[in-house]
This record gives sequence, structure tokens and C-alpha cells, in this order.
Amino acid sequence: MHSLSLYEIKKGLLKKDFSSTELTGHYLQRIEKFQYLNAFITVCADHALRAAQQSDRKIANGNVRELEGIPMAIKDLFLTKGIRTTAGSQMLNNFIPPYESTVSEKLLDAGVVFLGKTNMDEFAMGSANLTSYYGSVVNPWSKDKKLVPGGSSGGSAAAVAGHLCAAATGSDTGGSVRQPASFSGIVGLKPTYGRCSRYGMVAFASSLDQAGPMTKTVRDAAILLKVMSGYDEKDSTSSPKEVPDLESFVGKSIRGLKIGIPKEYRLDGMSDDIVKVWRKAALMLKDAGAEIVDVSLPYSKYALPTYYIIAPAEASSNLARYDGVRYGFRENGISLNDLYENTRAEGFGDEVKRRILIGTYVLSAGYYDAYYLKALKVQKLIRQDFMNAFEEADVLLTPTTPTSAFAFGEEPKDPVTMYLNDVFTVTANIAGLPGISVPVDLDSLGRPLGLQLIAPHFKEELLVQVGSALEEIANFPALKEII
Amino acid sequence: MKYIETSSGLWEVVIGLEVHAQIISESKLFSSASTKFGVSPNENVSFVDAALPGVLPVINSFCIDQAIKTGLGLNGSVNLKSYFDRKNYFYADLPQGYQITQFHHPIISGGHVEIETEDGEEKKVCLDHIHIEQDAGKSIHDQGPTKSFIDLNRAGIALMEIVTKPDMRTAEEAASFLRKLRSILRYLKTCDGNMDEGSMRADVNVSLHRPGTEYGTRAEIKNVNSIKFLITAVNYETERQIALLEAGKEVEQETRLFDSSTGKTVGMRSKEDANDYRYFPEPDLPPLILEQSRIDAIRETIPELPDAKAARLQRDYSLSHYDACLISSEKEVADFYERAVVSIDSNENIAKILSNWITGELFALFNKYSTDINNSRISPEHMGELVILIKTDIISGKIAKDVLELMWETGESPSNIVEEKGLRQIVCSDTITESLREVLAQHADKVEEYKNGKDKLFTFFIGQAMKKTQGKANPQMLNEILKKLLSE
Repeated sequence: MHSLSLYEIKKGLLKKDFSSTELTGHYLQRIEKFQYLNAFITVCADHALRAAQQSDRKIANGNVRELEGIPMAIKDLFLTKGIRTTAGSQMLNNFIPPYESTVSEKLLDAGVVFLGKTNMDEFAMGSANLTSYYGSVVNPWSKDKKLVPGGSSGGSAAAVAGHLCAAATGSDTGGSVRQPASFSGIVGLKPTYGRCSRYGMVAFASSLDQAGPMTKTVRDAAILLKVMSGYDEKDSTSSPKEVPDLESFVGKSIRGLKIGIPKEYRLDGMSDDIVKVWRKAALMLKDAGAEIVDVSLPYSKYALPTYYIIAPAEASSNLARYDGVRYGFRENGISLNDLYENTRAEGFGDEVKRRILIGTYVLSAGYYDAYYLKALKVQKLIRQDFMNAFEEADVLLTPTTPTSAFAFGEEPKDPVTMYLNDVFTVTANIAGLPGISVPVDLDSLGRPLGLQLIAPHFKEELLVQVGSALEEIANFPALKEII
Repeated sequence: MKYIETSSGLWEVVIGLEVHAQIISESKLFSSASTKFGVSPNENVSFVDAALPGVLPVINSFCIDQAIKTGLGLNGSVNLKSYFDRKNYFYADLPQGYQITQFHHPIISGGHVEIETEDGEEKKVCLDHIHIEQDAGKSIHDQGPTKSFIDLNRAGIALMEIVTKPDMRTAEEAASFLRKLRSILRYLKTCDGNMDEGSMRADVNVSLHRPGTEYGTRAEIKNVNSIKFLITAVNYETERQIALLEAGKEVEQETRLFDSSTGKTVGMRSKEDANDYRYFPEPDLPPLILEQSRIDAIRETIPELPDAKAARLQRDYSLSHYDACLISSEKEVADFYERAVVSIDSNENIAKILSNWITGELFALFNKYSTDINNSRISPEHMGELVILIKTDIISGKIAKDVLELMWETGESPSNIVEEKGLRQIVCSDTITESLREVLAQHADKVEEYKNGKDKLFTFFIGQAMKKTQGKANPQMLNEILKKLLSE
């Protein structure tokens, strides 16, 4: 029952094949059993069982909401009222939020049962879940070697891939939903910037952050995104645009759709397996009736450096509030500056400090024009690139990552190479576009490979339509059991 | 031009102001927390104000309307598109670690305020711009030997920063600008201008140069919170800079603090130590886009402002320029005055007397009872009536002062008081003549002295007669009759 999709669980609960309490209990047992995956920072068993019982009563009364009784995992970046929220940092180790994030509130209102809060890179800064204060997460696909699950939503990816929940939420600033989805053989969807409210999400880079579903199937992602998204007056950057019935695009014919292959996404050092899978998928989509067209995104090569200016710049400002004065971690000092220095030196990990330093530097007087302002200009060019490409194609097909998941100890040792993990995903964030990673195959080492689809702004339904076609063609072998 | 002359020659002072004016609004700029003054520390603090993780600012559109109104009232132009920026710095009373402000593209550009210089000349002080920003909280360091306390009630309250060009040349001009600005903001009801509560404060830029040469290096004096302090601070700074320059030293570009207890400014931080605020566009807020129709609708709500009102009062009621400005400097006073004028069948002469009675005797009562026009226990209509009683010789001016005092105490109309207390003026010449005759008879010796040239005794006789009539004798008649009697 644990390997069922959210859609199947929804049906099973309504048909009373099993109860939410049973299912929740089962997932809680699996979380316990596979504790070594370290997918969760906080498990809220009592809370979950109570919620499940409540859902069962509603199901019995025929008074069901959209996602009644479905057990989910929530990335520990969404503030959950009364449930500790750490963002993977010591800085918030003791932080119990007094309010609920909009996205998690929408899920609660739809009847979702929260199993717990998933592990993540500290403040969502990382691509391998190696920067969490709560230790790294193990990819459930690990066999002989322990693999990383990707990041920053590594805990959510591992929880979904390892069948520790029906689905999970993630957040994506440069690829943090799609990259771990690809590494862990699941679906991860980053919607258009503005689709999901950011209210109550611990901010990393405000102009790039988006919440997104991490699921076993494209249909699940469609169902979940519909519930998670929508205008929120508490987030001035959220969009008032109507969210279409995304699920209705699952399985819809892709005949006549133009699928663009950006030529700049063929990189040196990309694994042969990925190149092969990419080519094969394009051919199969063509067989399904789509038209394959070559497109060019000439400024794409600047996306990664642009991202690593804009994101740290915003982060350096967003993380200034963690000063030990009002909440969270505090290391006292004899003066105010000592308090700041001690608290932030002790409370933040190295990667967070590195990005705060980069961000502070690029915003400094004398460097602002050369870095930050230039990055904003390049951002415009990258956006224009995509606008041009979407003149010729309905969606773009690219690899999600340049490599499959790597093993612990085999991760790139210098941060810049590590940042390359995001090379195919950051463009969508820089341009504010929706993207989905769909698992398509295993590489020669038996590690999952995902492909990414990118659609024009607010065209998530195209991701669902083409994504579900890709999913069907690929027939990806979901993980049967964790070794 | 007003130059300062020293043994080394002429100096000119150049002054520019950055006025922080708290916007009148029930709630804060980016949160729904209350802005009420004087509540317990940290009572008006929302999650947004405390900068909890995940919170986002949402623009309070009323504050934007207020800024637009202010911009229009100060003759500025409203920008249809403006942006918010973050100004980053660490301080314990700045929860976010940054202030949301408008650095590059403010909501209002330009504008000017007309002031009157010491010589009575009209002068235009130009504004560079007005931008909107959020206030910080308050750090309290004197509550314990080892601890500082933070009060976030003020954190997030909406401010307008009104930035002038370096257009002022004397401390008095700067004071005059600030007074006029405060008056206009109060008319607009966009800022209450209460400097003692901190809802209006100024940073003052002062530099010195030789007339006809380039401006000198300026020092910025922070947080000057009264008009008196503004004058003291500018004068102190002027002397300090002249002393430096005449000693062949340079004025450092620096931020200085005004110490109101000594009247001096002291160095706070030099340019080298200045914070690098790392301004960048606020990513949590989209650009502020305004519709022209919204601006037009706000323009409709702008009341007659002090200059226009003074001109009209001068014209309609033949007030002197001075009186008209005095009456118009506060909207409530002007309203009181106009209500009083229209309540009576006025003529020019009465309008003038009314103005004198309001700015003279009524204001004296406010002073005496430490209150103001908003809490006047005397209505404009009663004030008008009182002036009519004076003008129609029913009571004398002297008696009127007592009546005014009684009006304040009882709230009664002056006519009732005059009737009840029998204060009606004696205008019967027989009665007055009789009283005077009695006085002169009682003081026959003094009459002799008077006739021998001791003129001063005239007032003595008047005083005695007033006493006899309980002050009710018409003073003019008393004078005339006494003259006649003494010359008999």
C-alpha cells in the first residue's frame, strides 16, 4: 500500500480499501524502519495519527475534502504552526512557528495529514543535502554505495522515493525540487514564479523561490499543485491568474505539440547515459505525435553565474534577521556586535556563510554595478531567450542534471563544481518559468535519470500534458524496495 | 543674501533638510499592526514587524494615498511607477536586518514650499523628492546596567522622508521651512507634526562657503527633534565650521549628533566609517504602479492650504498679512476663526477684532490651561458673540476679558454671563457724570493738585470712578466726561 501513488491512495481511501489511520501508521512505521535515510528532521506521529482519525471520520461521514486523509511530508522550510521548523539550520533548531505557511495551510485545509518535516540543505543552500545541520540524507536508490538524494529538497525526495509518504512538498530556488527529483527517481514540479504563495516559507532568494510538489507520478504533481497554488494577498508577488484544472491534462494527446531541444544544453562532461536518454526521449515523443524542433538559448551559459549573484545577494539580506535577538539560536556576547558575530558564526554552516559573503560582496558599494546590476541585465536577456524559443516550441526538453546521483565522498570538492549540478535547472528560476523533472530511466550504474520540461509562464498544464506522455513512454521502474 | 561677516571676510551658510514625517495611518506600512502611540512596549508588533521567518510585506495602500496627497500638497509630481529598495544594516531594533525604503525611484519628485524670511521676503524652498520608508524600533539602554531593551512598536510605521535642496541660508529660514512644512502636513492630515512624540524629526545638512564659491563640505546632524533645537544646532554648527575653516582646517564629511542638553553637535561617524547599506531592489514587492485616476481623486481631497487661506482671509476680512498668516498657520485655528466670523453679522472691523481676540486672549487661555484649539471650551459662535458685545459697547474690553474667563469656566454664552452677572457697560452719561462728581468731591485736594499741573492724577480719577462702577463704565465716555468736568 505504501508504493501507491497519491491518486491511487485517494481512490483507495474513498473506497475504504484502507483507512487514513492505517496508512498513516504504516508510513510512520516505515519512517521509523528506514530512519537511516535521515529523510525527516521532525516526525510528528501523534499529530499525524490524530489528523488521520479526523479524516477517517470525515470519510465515514462522506464529508471529504480534496486530499482527505492523504499522508504527506512537508519540507522543513514551510512554517508549520506549533511544529518545529528548522530550515535545516541550527539557527532555527528551537523555532516553533506561531503561524502556518500558506502552502501548508492549503494542504491542511484540503485534508492532508502531515507526517513530519523533511530534511534539507541548510536554508535550501545545496545540491546534495550535505549542508543540513541534521546530517545528510541517503538516497533510497543506494545499493553498493550510499548515494546523495540531491538537494536542497533531499529529504522530501528520499521520503517520496522510499515510499515513506504519499507525496511531499519541496521548494525550488535554483533546482531544489527538480534536481533531487531527478536523483531520486521521482517527479518534481517547480511552478511559474508567483503561482504558489511564498508566505510562511523560510526565504532564500525571494525573487526565485517557489514551492512545488514532489510526487511519484505526473498526475500526482498536477493534483497537488492545484491545491498548493493560487493567489495570496499575503504575498504581493503571487499571481492572481486562475490555476487551470491541471489533472485534466494528464494523458492528453501531444500530437502536433512542438518540443524544443535547446542546443546549448549539450555540455562537455555530461554523462553519455544522459545524452542517450535525452535523445531517446525526444524520439519517442516524436513517435507519439509531437514535433521536435531545435531551439537556441544563447545566454543560457550565463545563467549559472547570474544565479550565483542574484540568489546569494538576496540571501545575504534575507538571512540578516537571524541575529539571535528575537528568536532562534543565540550565542551571547559582551556587546551587540559580539552577539551578532557569535550567533551567526556558530549558528550558520559553512555553505550558508559562503553565500552570505558572496551576496554581501556583490551588493557592496563599488561592486554593485559590476555584479548585481549586470546580473539583472543578463537575467533580462535570458528571459528574452526563452521568449524567443517559445515562439518556435511549446515546451522545451532538457536533461534535469548533468550527471546522475553521486556517492557520498565522491561529491565535487570545490563549491563551483558542485554548483554545476544546477546548470540546467537555474535557467527556469532566472526566467521565472515552470519546469518539471520526470524520471525516465536508470543509467548504467542503476541510478535514476530525469528529464526536464520547461514551459512558458503560467503554462503548467503543458508540463502535465507532455510530462505524462513522457512518463508513459518511459515506463520508469519506480523503486520497489529499499535495500 | 545673509552673510556672516568675520575678520576674515564673508561666509554663507548652506542648509538642506531631510525631514522624517510619520504618516498618519491606523496601521503600519507593511503590516496590519496598530500605530497607536503610548501603549506598552511591544504591544503593536505583528509577525511581519518582528521579522519572523517567512513573513512578507504587503503595502498599506492608505499610506500610499497619504504620500500622494503630501506630494501634491507640496507641489511635487507623483511618479506613476516607483520602487522599493532594501537598505541593509544590522541593529537590534531593526528586526529584518534591512529597512524597506525607496532609494532609486521615489514616489514623489520635486516640489516646493514657500517661506517668509526674517526680512519678510518670500522665498521658495525646493524639494528634491519625497520617498516612503518604514521606521525602525527603539533601543532602550538606560533601564539596567547590563541589558538593553527593544521596543518594536515603532518598527514598521510608515514614514515620508521629505528631502529639500540645499536652499536655506540661515537657521531662521530652516526653522521657517520646518514650521511651514508642519503646517501644510497638518492641513493635509498626513502627518501630525508632533516633534516631541517623534512623529516629525529632521536631519540637517550644514555647510559653509565664501559667497560666490562652490559649496563647502557638509556635516549632517541627525535627529533634530524640535524647531528650537534646529536653530541651536545650525548656529552651533555654523560657528564650529567657521572656526575650523578660519583655522585653516577642513570640515570633515561626517554624521553628527545634536546634544540638546549642551546645544552642541558631536561627531558620530566619519565618511570612512559610514555604513555600506548595500541597497538593492526589494524582491518581495513588485513596483508600485499608480493609476492617474487615483492621483486625480486624491487631488480632489486636498483642502485649501495655509498660503491660500491666509491670502483669502487677508482679502475677505481685511486682516493684516501678519494676522492672516497667524490665523492660517493651523487649520483648526483658521476653521475656528471662520466659524466665528460667519456666525456673526460681521463687518471688516469686527473681523479684525475677532482675529485679535482669538490670537491674543483665547490663545492666552490655552496657554494658561495648557491646552489647544482642539480642546477649546469656548465655541467659535460664543467667541463671535463676545466680540459683538464689545463692538456694540455692551461691555468694555476689560470686562470682556473677565467674561471670557467665565465662558471658559462655565461654557455659557457671553450674553448670558453679562446679564446674569450684571456686567453690562454703563453708557448713561448721567450715571457716569454722577460717579465722577462723587470721586472729584471725595478728592478735592487732588483736583487742586491736578489743576496745578499734576496731569498724572487724571488716571487716578478714572481708576476711582471705575472702582465705583465695578469697572462697568464705558471707558471712552468716562474719559470724555472727566475731561469736561475737570475743565469746568
